Amino acid sequence: MTLSDKKYAQRIQAAFAKYPDKRSAVMPLLYLAQEEYGWVSPEGIQEVAALCDMDPTQVQSIAGFYTMYSEKPKGKYWLQVCTDLACALRGADEFYEQLKAELGVDDGGTTEDGLFTVEHVMCLAACDKAPMLQCNFHFMENLDMDKMRAWIAEKRAEAAKAKK
Amino acid sequence: MTHILLRGRDIPDIWKFDVYVKNGGYEAFKKALGMEPKAVIDEVKASNLRGRGGAGFPTGLKWSFIPQSEPVKYVAVNADESETGTFKDREIMETNPHQLIEGALICAWAIQAKAVYIYLRGEFWDLAHELDKRIEEARQAGFIGQDIQGTGWSCEVYTHLGAGAYICGEESALLNSLEGKLGQPRVRPPFPAQKGGGLYGEPTVVNNVETLTNVPWIIANGADAYKKIGTEQSAGPKIFCVSGHVVKPGNYELPLGITLRELLYDHAGGVPDGKAMKAILPSGGSGPIIPATNAVLDTPLTYEDLGKIGSILGSASIIVMDETVDITWVAAKVTKFFKHESCGKCTPCREGTYWLDKVLDRIMAGQARLSDIELIDNIAKNMQGVTLCALGDFAANPIIYTIKNFRDDFMQHVQKAEAKPAPKTRQAAPAGD
Repeated sequence: MTLSDKKYAQRIQAAFAKYPDKRSAVMPLLYLAQEEYGWVSPEGIQEVAALCDMDPTQVQSIAGFYTMYSEKPKGKYWLQVCTDLACALRGADEFYEQLKAELGVDDGGTTEDGLFTVEHVMCLAACDKAPMLQCNFHFMENLDMDKMRAWIAEKRAEAAKAKK
Repeated sequence: MTHILLRGRDIPDIWKFDVYVKNGGYEAFKKALGMEPKAVIDEVKASNLRGRGGAGFPTGLKWSFIPQSEPVKYVAVNADESETGTFKDREIMETNPHQLIEGALICAWAIQAKAVYIYLRGEFWDLAHELDKRIEEARQAGFIGQDIQGTGWSCEVYTHLGAGAYICGEESALLNSLEGKLGQPRVRPPFPAQKGGGLYGEPTVVNNVETLTNVPWIIANGADAYKKIGTEQSAGPKIFCVSGHVVKPGNYELPLGITLRELLYDHAGGVPDGKAMKAILPSGGSGPIIPATNAVLDTPLTYEDLGKIGSILGSASIIVMDETVDITWVAAKVTKFFKHESCGKCTPCREGTYWLDKVLDRIMAGQARLSDIELIDNIAKNMQGVTLCALGDFAANPIIYTIKNFRDDFMQHVQKAEAKPAPKTRQAAPAGD
């Protein structure tokens, strides 16, 4: 499937309707490409460039500039843990180390089952609820490893069930 | 105290359109529509409201810079909220979104804007989708769209999601990002308010979320009533984001002019486990770090008073550190942030943050030399005042002020390293992130 699929038509149109200039829709359309392909793949870049009347190189540079566009495939759950100062003062560094150990991956790594990608990120504006992370752009707050172990087990069970 | 901004604390359902309207919502906008646009600007000017995003620029004055002769003008709402330790705009938009929309519409009327773009950081993904629904409610009620309330004036309101770049909170980078370009700062002049400097080259007001959320109250109650809150030079309420080593981290909406002691001890509950407070960052990662002395704690939180003690009020995101914290570690942490967030356009910031990070990694790895302190101080001072935007200065602050105010913390690393037998060759610094 591609962005020309009709399930995207309305959202593409809505993105263009917001701005007097086509180029301004590049960011919302890159999000759609990421949704379609799981990352901003070369096909996605080409399609967005064609839609916005831009050069693919320009679109690629936009995708590379911002951290929320992923330039490589990710796990089903993309966990971005804030380890910035305010969170670190409330144990985020230790939390992140334990989370990586629990999943057996390094910073930026993906688990072998393809379920979880973890990486550390800068401030997410939830400093009063540390440790916290965003999972596929949704915030999870006031975390500890007990909560995370239960959550990971739940997601693994869901995936195992789906396989059957 | 009753809240002016965080009204969701007093009326939990005020995020709903009908609850907001029942509590006087959109009355200020209707009142403004009955006033000449210039009179609205004058009222905001008279209120002494200053920008809450960090720079503290007088809001009414900013609006008055817009040339009325230009046919197309815009309002850009800065909801990029990315400064380390800042989480106030998020609570406003989650719990009192219509007041932001109303404030933005009053601004749009005052400058006769064609559209309002609310630029949210990409991480506010869920929030932006909620905000779209609130905007739609205001549109259905006739406050957004064609011929608003029979005035003949039309205005649209849109959200725009960023995608994870601190620099887009800088107003000219924000405008570039909205235009579908790299979020990098522009050369000024022309400033955003001028022809050629704003969104799509049109005159544009860029205001922070909290700033605009003050506006409906000012129009409803008048500038004189607003000025009674706070101090003469720092009028109104302010949301203080308190994080780090306090018992009750969170947002506190209080009048400007309360002291750090009142905020951090009476409201935020002081430091946990009976520890002593060592240091305070009054304005997130970007402002000068100061020791938590009695004189500092007794300082009123205003634009003018924090300057006197060698720091800034900025966005009032106050990060507290207890006696166990090594301030060198803080400098290293904050430097990693700026190294990651430097947009790469200006050489002193791009290269400076890179080298600061490398040397700090070496210091933290136990290989500090006395000359390293002078080295990073020198690098930082060469980043100041020579970049297109303030990020270069922000990135220099953690170095310059930790050395100035917490030199002993650096010296401990040097002494520890010197006490060890010298390695034959110093290891290369570990790769940064």
